[in-house]
Amino acid sequence: MSKNEEDIIVCRCEDITLGEIRKVIREGATTLDEVKRITRAGMGPCQGRTCRLLVAGEIANYLGKPVSEILQSSYRPPFKPVKMGDLAQIHEGNGDCCDCDSEEEGVNS
Amino acid sequence: MKKTEVAIVGAGPAGICAALEAASYGVEVTLIDRGEAPGGQLVKQTHKFFGWHEKSAGTRGIIIAQDLAKKAKEDPNIYFLGSTEALGYYQDDGVLLVETPDGIKGIKPERLVIAAGASEKMLLFPGNDLPGVYGAGAVQTLMNVYGVRPGQNVLMIGSGNIGLIVSYQLVQAGVHVEAVVEGLPQIGGYAVHASKIRRLGIPILTRHSIKEAYGGRYVEGAVIWEIDDNWQGIPGTEQDLKVDVVCLAVGLSPLCEFLWQAGAEMSYIPALGGFVPIYDENMETTLKGVYVAGDVASIEEASTAMAEGYLAGLAAAHSLGKVPEDEFKSKKQAYATELEQLRAGPTSEKIVSGLSVLREQIGKRVSL
Ligand SMILES: Cc1cc2nc3c(=O)[nH]c(=O)nc-3n(C[C@H](O)[C@H](O)[C@H](O)COP(=O)(O)OP(=O)(O)OC[C@H]3O[C@@H](n4cnc5c(N)ncnc54)[C@H](O)[C@@H]3O)c2cc1C
Repeated sequence: MSKNEEDIIVCRCEDITLGEIRKVIREGATTLDEVKRITRAGMGPCQGRTCRLLVAGEIANYLGKPVSEILQSSYRPPFKPVKMGDLAQIHEGNGDCCDCDSEEEGVNS
Repeated sequence: MKKTEVAIVGAGPAGICAALEAASYGVEVTLIDRGEAPGGQLVKQTHKFFGWHEKSAGTRGIIIAQDLAKKAKEDPNIYFLGSTEALGYYQDDGVLLVETPDGIKGIKPERLVIAAGASEKMLLFPGNDLPGVYGAGAVQTLMNVYGVRPGQNVLMIGSGNIGLIVSYQLVQAGVHVEAVVEGLPQIGGYAVHASKIRRLGIPILTRHSIKEAYGGRYVEGAVIWEIDDNWQGIPGTEQDLKVDVVCLAVGLSPLCEFLWQAGAEMSYIPALGGFVPIYDENMETTLKGVYVAGDVASIEEASTAMAEGYLAGLAAAHSLGKVPEDEFKSKKQAYATELEQLRAGPTSEKIVSGLSVLREQIGKRVSL
């Protein structure tokens, strides 16, 4: 892979390059969730809308499998970063609302 | 918390039609869109539409959008919530989380229709993060909604209908289009759109792709090259184009995060645009009471999105006990027939094959 190619930005929100993605895949991260947790690709404001398929494609290429077999990362609401306080407000405003405050990974995962 | 009988996420053609149909049975509908006004993709379509049933053939997309939006506005049962983004659906509690101009709120709908449309695919090449690299949707929004030219000289990547139509609209706006490149050996879009582009003297280069975009602070040029059967560039075939815009029209993927996150079963069917929700003949997903319509279910056209919208709205209203059984059966059949007719042409072969894969999946579920 040329230097140029290595520097291609895959995740624009978190500035993660193709070189970084390929490195963690070579090191054994072969699911979207693993790549995400190690590199933060897909954790920014767009929550992976742009890079998800690109990362899945890279893993698929590396493993020689179709994209459909690459385990997809789970989605959790909310889809974009929101303030904890705002979420808590709905909760307080109505007792039978969602248990959004128990989202184990917070609002920006 | 606000309660509503049917909440619809997305006020494109699919969402509006679902709203109109459900509302016609006295169902109280909340129609949500992150945009200020309803219309979805159609508000950007200044060209005359194809793939359309007789009544609106040849109508410009924006006119269809205005017409639908007006009907929705006049309907007393439809409450339009604009500038509002839906952020998630908590299936267990039945709460839809939305961000309104007045902050984050929860809505409790009895039925939910997801008609969120699609998002644009991105391509990997050096320089793809330079200002001046746009998705075709962004270029259309700039030009046709805000009246702003994206630049002076454009390289278009992708010769599907979107790439061809946006190239034409760029020329109409006084922007030069240097070339349209296409990785496949043949042009993706309709011949009629391609001929228009060729008549303007714009080359459509098949088996070509972008090697890189370059520039200091923004795009100052792009290099294209020929590619082989494995989509690898062939050294020595490079051409340097002095462009300031690289426009990507390399496909759409269904915006199905909601369904995914809420636990709906998904299936990977490339012919339909990638990961799509599994849904039945009522447009209902594997989550009871959650329906889909339009591009979120399969990347198709506004005509099919509308028919699917009507069908989803009808089924949602019926499940709330608002539609007499006979009427439900006959109307459902009519919409199904309309969809079949819209998908009858040779250009729909891919979709039809994708839908049969989807039906097989449903079959498997039923026999489990
Ligand atoms: C250049 C171009 C040319 C086309 N030409 C034709 C043609 O000639 N004939 C034809 O039939 N079709 C054509 N189409 C296709 C047609 O525009 C689409 O198939 C159709 O608009 C899909 O309708 P939809 O309602 O599913 O989605 P959309 O029109 O995309 O509407 C989805 C709506 O959902 C909203 N939304 C998404 N997520 C959220 C959220 N979380 N919260 C709130 N709101 C949300 C979006 O803001 C949007 O308004 C063309 C498309 C393009 C891009």
